[in-house]
Amino acid sequence: MKQRQPLFLERASYRRRRLGDAARILPVLALMLLLLPVWWMPGLVSLTGGAIWLFCLWAGMIGLTALLHALLGASDRKARWAADAGGDAEDEGDDDR
Amino acid sequence: MTVDLLVGVCLGYVVLMFIVAFAADRAALRGRVRWLDSPVVYTLSLSVYCSAWTFFGAVGYATRSGLEFATIYLGPTVIFCGAWWGLRRLVRVARMHHVTSVADLVSARFGKSNPLAALVTLIGVMAATPYIALQLQSVSLSFRAFTVEPDSASQGGTALWVASGLALFTILFGTRNLAADERHHGVVTAIALEALVKLVAFLALGIFVVWGLADGPMDIVARIAHATATDPDLAAGWQLQPDRWTALIVVSGIAVVTLPRMFQVMVVEAADEDRLRVAGWAFPAYLFAMSLFVLPIAIVGRELLPAGSNPDLFVLSLPLSQGQNALALLVFLGGFSAATSMVVMSAIALATMISNHWLVPLWLWMRRRPDVGDAEDLGEFVLNARRLAILAVVGGGWVYHQASGGSAALAAMGLVAFTGVAQVFPAMLGGLLWRGATRTGAYAGVGTGLVLWTVLIFLPSVGIGALPHYPAGVDSLAGSIALSMGANILAFLILSLTSFPDPVERLQGLSFVHAVEPDAPGRSGGGSARGAESLLALSRRIWGADPALRFFQAEAVAQGKSGFLPDLTPRFLTRLERRLAGSVGAATAHAMIGRVGGGSGLSVSDLMEVAGEASRAKEEARRLETARAELARTAMQLREANEKLTELSVQKDSFLGQVSHELRTPMTSLRAFSELLKLPDLPEADRSRFASIIHDETARLTRLLNDLLDLSVLESGQVRLGISAANLHDLIGRALDAASSSGPGRDFTIDRDLPGEHLPVLTDTDRLLQVLINIISNARKYCDAPRPELRIRARRRPDRTTEIDFIDNGSGIDPDRQALIFEKFSRLNDPMRAGGAGLGLAICREIMTALGGSITYLPGQGGAAFRVTLPRRPPTMGRDGRAAAGAGR
Repeated sequence: MKQRQPLFLERASYRRRRLGDAARILPVLALMLLLLPVWWMPGLVSLTGGAIWLFCLWAGMIGLTALLHALLGASDRKARWAADAGGDAEDEGDDDR
Repeated sequence: MTVDLLVGVCLGYVVLMFIVAFAADRAALRGRVRWLDSPVVYTLSLSVYCSAWTFFGAVGYATRSGLEFATIYLGPTVIFCGAWWGLRRLVRVARMHHVTSVADLVSARFGKSNPLAALVTLIGVMAATPYIALQLQSVSLSFRAFTVEPDSASQGGTALWVASGLALFTILFGTRNLAADERHHGVVTAIALEALVKLVAFLALGIFVVWGLADGPMDIVARIAHATATDPDLAAGWQLQPDRWTALIVVSGIAVVTLPRMFQVMVVEAADEDRLRVAGWAFPAYLFAMSLFVLPIAIVGRELLPAGSNPDLFVLSLPLSQGQNALALLVFLGGFSAATSMVVMSAIALATMISNHWLVPLWLWMRRRPDVGDAEDLGEFVLNARRLAILAVVGGGWVYHQASGGSAALAAMGLVAFTGVAQVFPAMLGGLLWRGATRTGAYAGVGTGLVLWTVLIFLPSVGIGALPHYPAGVDSLAGSIALSMGANILAFLILSLTSFPDPVERLQGLSFVHAVEPDAPGRSGGGSARGAESLLALSRRIWGADPALRFFQAEAVAQGKSGFLPDLTPRFLTRLERRLAGSVGAATAHAMIGRVGGGSGLSVSDLMEVAGEASRAKEEARRLETARAELARTAMQLREANEKLTELSVQKDSFLGQVSHELRTPMTSLRAFSELLKLPDLPEADRSRFASIIHDETARLTRLLNDLLDLSVLESGQVRLGISAANLHDLIGRALDAASSSGPGRDFTIDRDLPGEHLPVLTDTDRLLQVLINIISNARKYCDAPRPELRIRARRRPDRTTEIDFIDNGSGIDPDRQALIFEKFSRLNDPMRAGGAGLGLAICREIMTALGGSITYLPGQGGAAFRVTLPRRPPTMGRDGRAAAGAGR
């Protein structure tokens, strides 16, 4: 399939929006993973098992956030570059929506 | 280890902090902010969240309640995971409005209402005072851990010394100037370094415990399992309670945004919202690292230390009991860092809130008259108010520490503070997300939350009243949190839905929710130079003369005007108000501008106009706006040039007329008196009198011709400069001598800054002296104050140019005449008093242009004020000099 320039731009901005969605879902997901086990089985997560669960979850959250922020930053830079190069289709304020 | 050594190390560390803060401030002053602004420094400064309560208390907390200690760090982690769309938006909006504190943010959103900000400040102060006491207690406790025999008499002394040192540090580096953007590079850098010390100390201790005392992570897991299996009390304490778990995670997540010190480092000190891209994962990683070894230290400490030892001090007593004195010292410094950074940052944040929302409004209210003209330095007042507030905040913490006797009751204060500041959150979040949120709703929500928090949580924690009773199975803290926050949110929602906002509020709501910059319309400024001058006088009193002049000049240039006084367009007024808000808070800035600039009524139709514009067509409007601004600027420049040309042509005409007139007057008297001298029978006395009149008149004529010749040489650019080096101090001294010997002998006070004047200058000293003499004798002639005074200030700017300001205390020059004073034959006041031809300032301007510098009139300084600017080195002679002179016009 041949990729034309506008199609590519469209795709990049679409990807960026979905990355933004993921960054929005992440804290909600983290909160659920933190709260639900304690409500459901407080006995099971209070001691050593809980400590291992908690710190693994925590490290995972940090790693995912770092990955997402790096991807978002990269796509932001790309979008800015594309906008500078003349692509006018980008809407800069979209993270408010 | 001796106490002397401990005190010595401590003092050395404090000195290091002072040096770091000082160096960072210096670097920032020279514009080298790149590394100060790096995301790493930003992330490290955020760790002011980890106060001594977490550094020492986390292990104690974990010993008593197991994993529950982690809630304090998990809440912020969740919030920072969402930094990309949550915190980034908050920082962007807050920076757009130059918000100075969390109270200022809420007040700015809800129609710049100061009472609301004062209420939020009250919560901040109530929550922070015991919290600061807790930090002082932790320092004095950790001191005690090192001394062999507890000497209770000296402990109050420790806390006092620490409190005084911290107050001094905060005042020195937190209130240096009233910058329009309220950033403290020195403090933030010092705190970032302290964060590093905290982290290294805690990690070192953790590694020592896990691999030194225990046999690695697996051994720790086994020890935890063993301890909880053999000790039913411990296992019961470690049992997680779902309601407490949830409430604590929520409250700590909220507190990381609303704690005054966190808001200060996260929002106010941030260069821009982009920092959060790194901080979004790096700050949770910091918290993770600080929590990772908490359980191991708790469990090993419980095994190795004698029963009954204070678990809050395990981090110190564990290495001490193992003979690891160096490690204990490092941990001590870590705890010391945690306590000091928290106190310093809280004091700065709270002092800003107290001075901006309590003291300054009170002061403005007490002096209701429009006091634009008086020379009082409002900026100095605000800074002093801030210094006072810092002393009050830190002193309050110390008094609380003494009064509570440093008891264990303080340990709960961290959570009490968290739940207190959390009461601000519903109004803050609602204000940022929901345009329907109103001021009444915010009052109701924050007020309800404050009352319930005080009754249910704060008072019981300080020993007044009893903890509320909840049904069995409900944790009392979780219940109180749910009750106060629930009632808070409910009151906020209901009253927001039923009340009606005023126009300013709606405008601010629109700006906050959609993160767009509003141009407050409809404020008719009148456009008079006098209005602009009073605004300049107001800004000068807050920022100091130089920053105010720079801001006004930049605004005037943006409008396409030259000089210092821009037109009072809505755009300019809005920008000025927002910059002022960066120093004194939104509500106060609004009130001040309203008072000086006249009425500030916003009509509903203005509002509709803005609300309609802010939608889809935003982009288009912005583009048009840019084009129009460019056009307007060009038109303005053209108009100004045209006006100048017309004026010049009129002047050329009148110049000839004036020259002839000035020449004819002495000529006439010369002729008349020489006729008289011809009379044969003239008495000798008359003869000599007439001769001396003729002599005087010819002298005047010669002077005038000399001036004219001088001017024409200067204007043609053929002047030869005799460059030499001189001390500015000597030049000013000589100029003062010369001016006082020639002018009329009035009693005249000269206010000089002798040390500041000793600046070497490389220029044509004779020419410069001519300018200085002219300005000084002008001041002597025209200053109409009953006790005339001339202030002379010289300084060297960072770009190596030299500025000399001459400011007298007379009535100054009318704004509409200021443009003319440098023109030829422009005598302003009555010509009789002047006694010159009106060429002096014109010659001065030409000389300064030839020297590569400039002379300008500074409006709004409380009298006539002239600024002479000298370049680092004069332009080379000949053609280059001419080119420079041409470019200077």
